[in-house]
Amino acid sequence: MSDSTAIAHGAHDAPEHGHEAHPPYLRHHFENVEQQADAAGFAMWLFLLTEVMFFGGLFTAYLIYRNWYYPAFVAASHQLNIFWGTLNTLLLISSSFTMAMGVWCAEVRKKSGLVLCLVLTFILGIGFLGIKTIEYKEKFEKNHIPGAHYSLNSFLNPDSDDAAKAAGDKPLPLDMARHTEVYFSLYFAMTGMHALHMIIGIAILGFMIYRAQAGAYTAGHVTFVENFGLYWHFVDIVWIFLFPLLYLISRHANT
Amino acid sequence: MTDQKEMEEAQHHVVSPTVYVVIFLALLVFTALTVGASYVEMGIFNPIAAILIACVKAVIVVLFFMHVKYSSKLTKLTVFCGLFTFLALIGMTLADYISRAWGRW
Repeated sequence: MSDSTAIAHGAHDAPEHGHEAHPPYLRHHFENVEQQADAAGFAMWLFLLTEVMFFGGLFTAYLIYRNWYYPAFVAASHQLNIFWGTLNTLLLISSSFTMAMGVWCAEVRKKSGLVLCLVLTFILGIGFLGIKTIEYKEKFEKNHIPGAHYSLNSFLNPDSDDAAKAAGDKPLPLDMARHTEVYFSLYFAMTGMHALHMIIGIAILGFMIYRAQAGAYTAGHVTFVENFGLYWHFVDIVWIFLFPLLYLISRHANT
Repeated sequence: MTDQKEMEEAQHHVVSPTVYVVIFLALLVFTALTVGASYVEMGIFNPIAAILIACVKAVIVVLFFMHVKYSSKLTKLTVFCGLFTFLALIGMTLADYISRAWGRW
């Protein structure tokens, strides 16, 4: 298999042809390496589509409840910290970038580059979860976890709450204030499922760093790295939608 | 980067780091834009702007980070079908809600 420059110069067919009759990583039920990679990529996309449908259900619930209980959603979203949210967005976008660079390193067989990219992605992912923990902790302290101990104080007496006061919130009527719990249910369901995907991704990243150091992905067989990259970018896309929908509902003072 | 036909034909097109850097910078700009836009009073256009920017970001991630622009027709069709089904399901759900109890919750 030639390096990337040969591909850029127009060798559009599989570089493996005629080079080696049977690369060790080619499964016997595939005609050639290209078909194997296509099948794996196709399957990965099908999996991601099931994920789209899964998160799509949550987004649809959000869309409907937001339209029904808009004042509650505005007041509740003011409880989220824009600084942490933006920082997390930057971390996740950066981790997507380092992951994309990792795929490139694997394709052009740069082992140390690949390991570095995977480690950076790993660290940025951990950083994201760390900030999420800080945010969740604050919700616990303010009793904004849906359930028996849920507190309406920030929404009935916004002046007693720093975040609500800073946003210039007016007190909500009791029935509307109670619907802030719906917002936080969706907030924890959506960011929680997203965080679970991050945790799974980080675990796989750890495994990949270990394997990459042994040179597993820089010998021509990049399918695993490539498809993990798809997963990681998908998780990034979910956050790209979660961030404006949950954090940025209505930040201008006169709502 | 190279000419268009080659890109589409190449099964294992290696996307160059330059593309990744450009996309990364674009994502950072759009993130700043979406935060900034949320502080501006635009009425009904606030959520529209937020969704629009998020969609642009998602599309460039899918096309370039996820290599769909350089992928086979099968992959492109798969992604498009998924998106279409997703939008159809949301559309049908909303049609149901809007036509039943909207305003009487």
